[in-house]
Amino acid sequence: MGLLDAGISKHNVVITSVDNVLNWARLSSLWPMGFGLACCAIEMMATNASNYDLERFGIFPRSSPRQSDLMIVAGTVTMKMAERVIRLYEQMPEPRYVLSMGSCSNCGGPYWEHGYHVLKGVDRVIPVDVYVPGCPPRPESLIGGLMKIQELIRMEQIGISRAEALKKLAEKSSDPQQVIERDRQVVRA
Amino acid sequence: MQELGMAEQGSIRVTRKDDNVVVIEKDLATEEMVLSMGPQHPSTHGVLKLECLTDGEVVTSAEPYLGYLHRCFEKHCEMVDYPAIVPYTDRMDYLAGMNNEWAYCIAVEKLLDIEIPRRVEFIRVIVSELNRIASHLVAIGTYAIDLGAFTPFLFCFRDREHILSLLEWASGARMLYNYIWIGGVAFDVPVDFNKRVKEFVDYFRPKAVELSSLLTENEIFVKRTKGIGIMPADVAINYGWSGPMLRGSGVQWDLRRNDPYSVYPELDFRIPVPDGKFTDIGDCLSRHLVRALEIEESLSIIEQCLLKMPGSEGFNPRIAVPKRVRPKAGEVYGRAENPRGELGYYIQSDGKSTKPLRCKARSSCFVNLSAMKDLSKGQLIPDLVAIIGSIDIVLGEVDR
Amino acid sequence: MSDFEIGGAAPQSVQQAAAAYEVVREMFGGAVSDFDANEFMPFFEVLEPEKWPDIALFMRDHPKLKFNYMACLSGVDYPDDEKLGIVCNLESLGIFGHRIAVKVKCSREGGVIPTVAYVWHTANWHEREAYDMFGMQFSGHPDLRRILCPEDWEGFPLRKDYKVQESYHGIKVPY
Repeated sequence: MGLLDAGISKHNVVITSVDNVLNWARLSSLWPMGFGLACCAIEMMATNASNYDLERFGIFPRSSPRQSDLMIVAGTVTMKMAERVIRLYEQMPEPRYVLSMGSCSNCGGPYWEHGYHVLKGVDRVIPVDVYVPGCPPRPESLIGGLMKIQELIRMEQIGISRAEALKKLAEKSSDPQQVIERDRQVVRA
Repeated sequence: MQELGMAEQGSIRVTRKDDNVVVIEKDLATEEMVLSMGPQHPSTHGVLKLECLTDGEVVTSAEPYLGYLHRCFEKHCEMVDYPAIVPYTDRMDYLAGMNNEWAYCIAVEKLLDIEIPRRVEFIRVIVSELNRIASHLVAIGTYAIDLGAFTPFLFCFRDREHILSLLEWASGARMLYNYIWIGGVAFDVPVDFNKRVKEFVDYFRPKAVELSSLLTENEIFVKRTKGIGIMPADVAINYGWSGPMLRGSGVQWDLRRNDPYSVYPELDFRIPVPDGKFTDIGDCLSRHLVRALEIEESLSIIEQCLLKMPGSEGFNPRIAVPKRVRPKAGEVYGRAENPRGELGYYIQSDGKSTKPLRCKARSSCFVNLSAMKDLSKGQLIPDLVAIIGSIDIVLGEVDR
Repeated sequence: MSDFEIGGAAPQSVQQAAAAYEVVREMFGGAVSDFDANEFMPFFEVLEPEKWPDIALFMRDHPKLKFNYMACLSGVDYPDDEKLGIVCNLESLGIFGHRIAVKVKCSREGGVIPTVAYVWHTANWHEREAYDMFGMQFSGHPDLRRILCPEDWEGFPLRKDYKVQESYHGIKVPY
């Protein structure tokens, strides 16, 4: 018998709230849609592959929007593609999350000024939960962004809307500058 | 051998000769169906849309629709200065950023008539050949996924990370480098870079053989690719194919040899072409084999460069980098051998401005993909996936 | 894989291009302009655009020319001359190795250039792209549609006087 089994047989009952169980189940198997647009898609593939191994977080790309919880918008969204992105988003079942990966899908990236055919930010067409900056973001940043999505799911409860959960997440998150300063002081001392 | 398609009115014939199974169907009039594949599809390698007209399992025509990643590269060229275009070239063929930058710099340097320091040339060759290997690794890995094999993908990406960390060490970025500048490179390579590259080459040699044997000795893989999507050499040239695609059709054409640039004339390397013993010349398997063999050639080029490279004493990588790029009036077509074929830049300068009047990128994928309609005629739907994978498109370069 | 190598080095040579030009000149006379023997990209211009397909076919099939490979076809805007044009980089791949560029121009409004998609398949998509970006027509083209921009896009983006549209299908276009 394993430790877990021993623990359960000792107390004989598992106590938690429904919210926690649901959230735990949801965040432990986030299935993103395998949907690459541009350069960031290669970094997304690299994150899925051997060295970064996203599967250890239960994240594995699915080919169909109907089977996925999360949309990683990896790359430049163009005007021609925007309508397809909307359609794909609408095909995903609720609850669904959107992670905007890379500067292009955040705000147009290097194409913001003269890119006549580039959509300046995917949040003009679909709601975005987490933005990951970078051109392209390193796999570590993408994993960081996915952790944020998991935190967001943890914040959700029955009766708490997505907007409120996002607000709570923003309050909880710390300013990176403070962390850097703190680390610097530790190093100096 | 395989004969497919006879997609005439009211008759289909599907024959597989060297299989045990021979299927012949006649006079089965089926209704043609339009099948849209993409832009979101795992095996279109990005946002390509194919509109297939199918007659049962047989594709009677597949029309590619592009532009889902049109990022206005040529417009940006007219809006920013010459050196500022380099980062945009990275983002065209994002699997081979170094090679893209280099092709652009070759074109502008031709127009400016700059003498490039010898060490810079060697650095450029090393980083581009490393990038070529990385690019071919992605091509092979994703091709394997398309045909249902997942392990090669993991192997490829494991080894690709080594290359990316080397290039990151040199340039500071993993994929989009902005490392090769007009007239030089951004930084000299770090201390001990050569040693680490040599270590990588020694590490990777046996891995490349292992990787190659995973696929080319795999019965299923060979069955899925041999004799599929055959392109004769003369048609390939008429379509403007270049790079591994053209060499897969048996034409020994490589710009590193046939229109030599940089220090390639001093280097000794083979140009692999299929000889028809193991593959049917011009089929998907040939194209795959050419890529696999090119990896080994690139490794040998890198080794030679490490031996021949001049030392870094008194070396300034930016010594020939012009402060202000303002070429004299004229036009130039500069090109280089990209992992996917000939990447050319047509640049027109008016002699007054620091921005080009017109900069057109001749992208190899765009041209290679244009044969898709001919290649797919009369193939089965699963073979269509094999053909797209063998073209090895990067949509960033197709759409620019 | 075979080890032997064919072809060998084929350095760009203006003389070779000039010799090739002479053959074209002999055949077509006044339809082509004088030869511009600059060292970067030697070229000549086709003065009578309607003869361009004949010239193209001649250049591809003549035993002394054999320009079997079209490397690039770029559309160009010449706002000062009120003209649009194309620049074709041709090469005799694997046969002679010589290279030459050809320019064809047409008027800026309603300009028509005959297609060469039947001569080199490469031209098919490149002409579509030139039409998409500049708006010149290619008469006789098998499938002249926009290729990169959406079908209902307004204007021709690479013209020098292009103004980007405000919205596309209800989505704001400028930043």
